[in-house]
Amino acid sequence: MREELLSIIEVNSRIGINELSVMLDKSEQEVLDELTNLEKEGIICGYHTLIDWEKTSVEKVNALIEVRVTPQRGQGFDKIAERIYNYPEVRSVYLISGGYDLLVTLEEKSLKEISMFVTDKLSTLESVLSTATHFILKKYKDHGTILDKKQKDEREIVSP
Amino acid sequence: MTKPLSESVINIKPSGIRKFFDIVSEMEDVISLGVGEPDFDTPWHIRDEGIYALEKGKTFYTSNTGLKELKAQIQNKVYKTRGVDYNPKNEIIVTVGGSEAIDIGLRAIVNKGDEVIIPEPSYVSYVPCTVLSGAKPVIINLRGENEFRLKPEELINAIGKNTKALILPYPNNPTGAIMEKSDLEKISKIIKDNDLYIMSDEIYSELTYKEKHFSIVSLPDMKERTILIDGFSKAYAMTGWRLGYACANKEIIKQMTKIHQFAIMCAPTTSQYAGVEALKNGDKDIEIMRNSYNQRRRYLLDAFKKMNLECFEPYGAFYVFPCIKEFNMTSEEFANRFLEEEHVAAIPGNAFGESGEGYLRISYAYSLDNLKEAMKRLDRFIKKLRG
Repeated sequence: MREELLSIIEVNSRIGINELSVMLDKSEQEVLDELTNLEKEGIICGYHTLIDWEKTSVEKVNALIEVRVTPQRGQGFDKIAERIYNYPEVRSVYLISGGYDLLVTLEEKSLKEISMFVTDKLSTLESVLSTATHFILKKYKDHGTILDKKQKDEREIVSP
Repeated sequence: MTKPLSESVINIKPSGIRKFFDIVSEMEDVISLGVGEPDFDTPWHIRDEGIYALEKGKTFYTSNTGLKELKAQIQNKVYKTRGVDYNPKNEIIVTVGGSEAIDIGLRAIVNKGDEVIIPEPSYVSYVPCTVLSGAKPVIINLRGENEFRLKPEELINAIGKNTKALILPYPNNPTGAIMEKSDLEKISKIIKDNDLYIMSDEIYSELTYKEKHFSIVSLPDMKERTILIDGFSKAYAMTGWRLGYACANKEIIKQMTKIHQFAIMCAPTTSQYAGVEALKNGDKDIEIMRNSYNQRRRYLLDAFKKMNLECFEPYGAFYVFPCIKEFNMTSEEFANRFLEEEHVAAIPGNAFGESGEGYLRISYAYSLDNLKEAMKRLDRFIKKLRG
């Protein structure tokens, strides 16, 4: 049931235990136990909400930053990654194969705040060699969900 | 014009679903439970192959029986799922949906005066196609207490001296019923003893929720007398592509090909290229969709149980077939009132044959949210009727 359970709550974390139990043909207790285990094992890391902030009046600016770094002896990239992800304004940090090393995503209220973070904090870290900042202009799809898509059933109302 | 039109066509009754559609389409804000097609879009990699074929200018006729690559993939698929090997050179034909295969298959095997046994409730086209082929439909009224499976004694009672073929519509639309190996073994013996053909319409073969679908062609001596029909519409959510196929012995396929070549020429080329991709790389998509249908199936059955609404557990297709006899109304009355009072469209069971009277076909090819709202309204409606 593990994989099926995860694929249901990955797209709808608000679904009730009772419904999960019916849909998976397991008792409510079994579902609850499995959820607890998944949390304990760190497989379920959180229950987030996917928000299209563009539709609100809240101003948010997102940026992707490519970072080239010097890996440190005995620690590889972990140490520098940790220094970066400890900043609360950093949303995600990935180690990437290819032309650069770390991909950092940031969310701030303005362009200015992002550029300040990059110039003041990120670039000045000792092992950072260079950065390239890309601002996100529009989100079409996020976390597997197409934003701004009209959900219309195109089918005939009844068919044999 | 004063000369009369074709008598045999005029005498065909229009589909009961059409009648219901005319009422439904007049209304706004209807929640529908009435469709007979998946709610998923065709998986993108399959659509992409179709687009690619168009871009490459692959827009010509294919050979009458279909693209060689596609028939090779069909051979693999059928072998993998049924353990029966069909020669792609002369035992497989690609058709315009499963529906064309039903039509040309019947026309290829019957003569005037032959009888074709059709278990009902079942898909709406078997009877008209039988009539148009010149044969006489003989209906078996399947029973709810048998979970709408075909019982050996029912078949024996329907066989007469002119019986030519049996249509075997499982997994079944509209009931969701399946036939398991043990059911089919008894049927296959009767078929052999009476030297009949079988048309096994297995368009929902990928959508079963108990165990894998079992086909009658997998039983000894059945391949030579069976027209096996399957397709892409339900398994890969490809209804609009109009792509299906039939497998049978080469004599039958030869005759079917003649009708197909003169009436149709070939199945749509774009769809055939997309079909190759579906069969090659689509197993994972089927798995995802099947799981999702199964979750919703369980949800509906649980909802019926809570409402105390009688319904056997269906293990196939994407329909449930609850019994509404307790309300002392015909299926049509029930469906019409449910539509008018709660704005939910579900198909009256009698649209699929007389034995569907007293039942309702509810499709679960809808999002869970949609189903939840519909069940809320059904609950309210039933409570009102029960008083």
